[in-house]
Amino acid sequence: MSETNTKRMTYLDALGLAQREELEGNPDTIIIGEDIALYAAGGAYGNTDASRIRSAPISECGFAGMAVGAAITGLRPIVDLTIANFIYLAADPIINQAARLRYMTGGQFKVPVTYRASMWHGQANAAQHSDRPYPMFMNIPGLKVVCPATPEDAKGLLKAAIRDDDPVIVFEDNDLWGKKGDVPLDTEFVVPIGKARTHREGSDVSIISVSGCLRHALKAADDLAKDGISADVIDLRTLLPLDNEAILGTLAKTGRVVIVDPAHRTMGAAAEIAAIIVEDGFDMLKKPVKRVVTPDVPIPFSPPMEAPLYPNPEKIAAAARELM
Amino acid sequence: MKNDIQSEAYLRMLKIRGFEQAVKQLVTEGEVPGAVHSSIGQEAAIVGACMALADNDYISGTHRSHGHPIGKGAELKPLMAEILGKATGVCKGRGGSMHFTDTSVGSIGESAIVGGGIPIATGAALSAQVKGTGQVALTFFGDGASNEGVLAECLNMAAIWKLPVIFFCENNGYAAVTPAKNTHGQPDVARRADGYGIPGVIVDGQDFDAVYAATQQAVARARRGEGPTLIEAKTYRFDEHCVGLFINGAYRPAEEIAHFMNDRDPVTLYRSLLLNGDKSEGDLNDIEAVANGLIQEAVSFAKESAYPEPEEAFELVHANPISIRR
Repeated sequence: MSETNTKRMTYLDALGLAQREELEGNPDTIIIGEDIALYAAGGAYGNTDASRIRSAPISECGFAGMAVGAAITGLRPIVDLTIANFIYLAADPIINQAARLRYMTGGQFKVPVTYRASMWHGQANAAQHSDRPYPMFMNIPGLKVVCPATPEDAKGLLKAAIRDDDPVIVFEDNDLWGKKGDVPLDTEFVVPIGKARTHREGSDVSIISVSGCLRHALKAADDLAKDGISADVIDLRTLLPLDNEAILGTLAKTGRVVIVDPAHRTMGAAAEIAAIIVEDGFDMLKKPVKRVVTPDVPIPFSPPMEAPLYPNPEKIAAAARELM
Repeated sequence: MKNDIQSEAYLRMLKIRGFEQAVKQLVTEGEVPGAVHSSIGQEAAIVGACMALADNDYISGTHRSHGHPIGKGAELKPLMAEILGKATGVCKGRGGSMHFTDTSVGSIGESAIVGGGIPIATGAALSAQVKGTGQVALTFFGDGASNEGVLAECLNMAAIWKLPVIFFCENNGYAAVTPAKNTHGQPDVARRADGYGIPGVIVDGQDFDAVYAATQQAVARARRGEGPTLIEAKTYRFDEHCVGLFINGAYRPAEEIAHFMNDRDPVTLYRSLLLNGDKSEGDLNDIEAVANGLIQEAVSFAKESAYPEPEEAFELVHANPISIRR
């Protein structure tokens, strides 16, 4: 029976709901991560059998690799890597194994593993706890990479990732954990991987947003509207594969593009999006592409140094105005 | 034939030996793209471990990849075709020598990342435990991989969760061209088992019977739900790290190599053992003829097979495909 109701909940609760539904709904789904036992005791995984809840030692490379071995032999593991910087410790099995085992074995495997990585930033945790590492994983054929920006997409994309037969990394934006939104309660609700979403229709300038920058982009669009500038705002939601159709579609509407990406400037997601626009949409461009990104410095600890580094509504609106 | 363990073991050792000799010949003929690593000298360790497993048990392995699936019973033709990069290869020409995988015999992947196969097998053991299938997983790794941190991580997780996995170290004394004595705090990898509260066993890797018995014990323990075992087979690599590798400078003594090749060859030792038992020269000749025939067939099949079309490079990237950007 399909449930059409929605419930207002936080981004973090939406992720938890997605996880619990998939664990309860499919006995092949398991979860591995640090400190999991405590969450299990608190009921986070519902009636999931204890054997499918693995509270792991601090051994990211080991359990990220074990998840690959489990995935190719019939399980559907969710690996909670917690803070996104820790994905570097697990990078070898994700890149060398998960991403390419299907290919390297001539299709003998599917690798249905999901890695969750929460991007903490803007919270005075310094450079080893504040990365937004998705661009480097966009360069790995065989992976899929999603970055939900709303509670609804958090639920729908995490569920899609868990159900997908390929390895998917879900980069969560920790700044959004406490933000609320309406979330469908239908247990079959998923958001398709690879599809952007238009959040605001406009005709003068496109704001193409990545991850938690969406709320800044929408705020900037409100400000621009006061000046009579109509912004088209899209959230890419998936970064691998990119929704080229949506990128070129918004460009066709406006001819002016601001890309907002919380990753660093050099080789960030925005760089690839800009390349698509220039290669495939050059004739539609009325002005050069603008990027609002994080400068190429490690994230500093002290708040007065950290806060100004990230994209914000003022920077986005200013970039848009320069294009008019 | 598997009912006669000795004949089957001898056949599998000969298949590995003959396969590797044929590959070396193909290298000299210029037929082999990329690097190959020969398992010659390590046949008893490999076959002793594999024969203790059931057909549907899992194995993972290393860049020295050929022996493991052969030991597990894989058909030779698709393996040899893979060596030559042919479309009929077991991995359709996408893996090559270092990455043999044949899921039809439980071979879930050899890995060219040193230590890379260890968490794969440990995870397969987790699958078997969660699903209650009764399967066990065995991971082959070398003395070099024993110094990768991921081994420590997986030994520990396997121990705390009592996973049905066997950590099988083929200690051939050298990581590429570096002697293990220069890189190990103490010489026995198996002693590290104490640190995880699991059994650690050292066996003579040139002795099929010893390896087979030790692995059978570990398999039985795993199937009883009592958890992992670390087995270290002391063995020796007769060839260079990599076939055709030019080494400028001796890193292992000539007498040591001669000793192993003349007195410690696992195939010769096992042949003598069988002759001293109830096998006749004629019985063994028959098995040798079968092995030779299979190898000749495999070489012909590989040579006659077609290469993949360049466009095939764009296939099999995903199970749930996305548009590939070129």
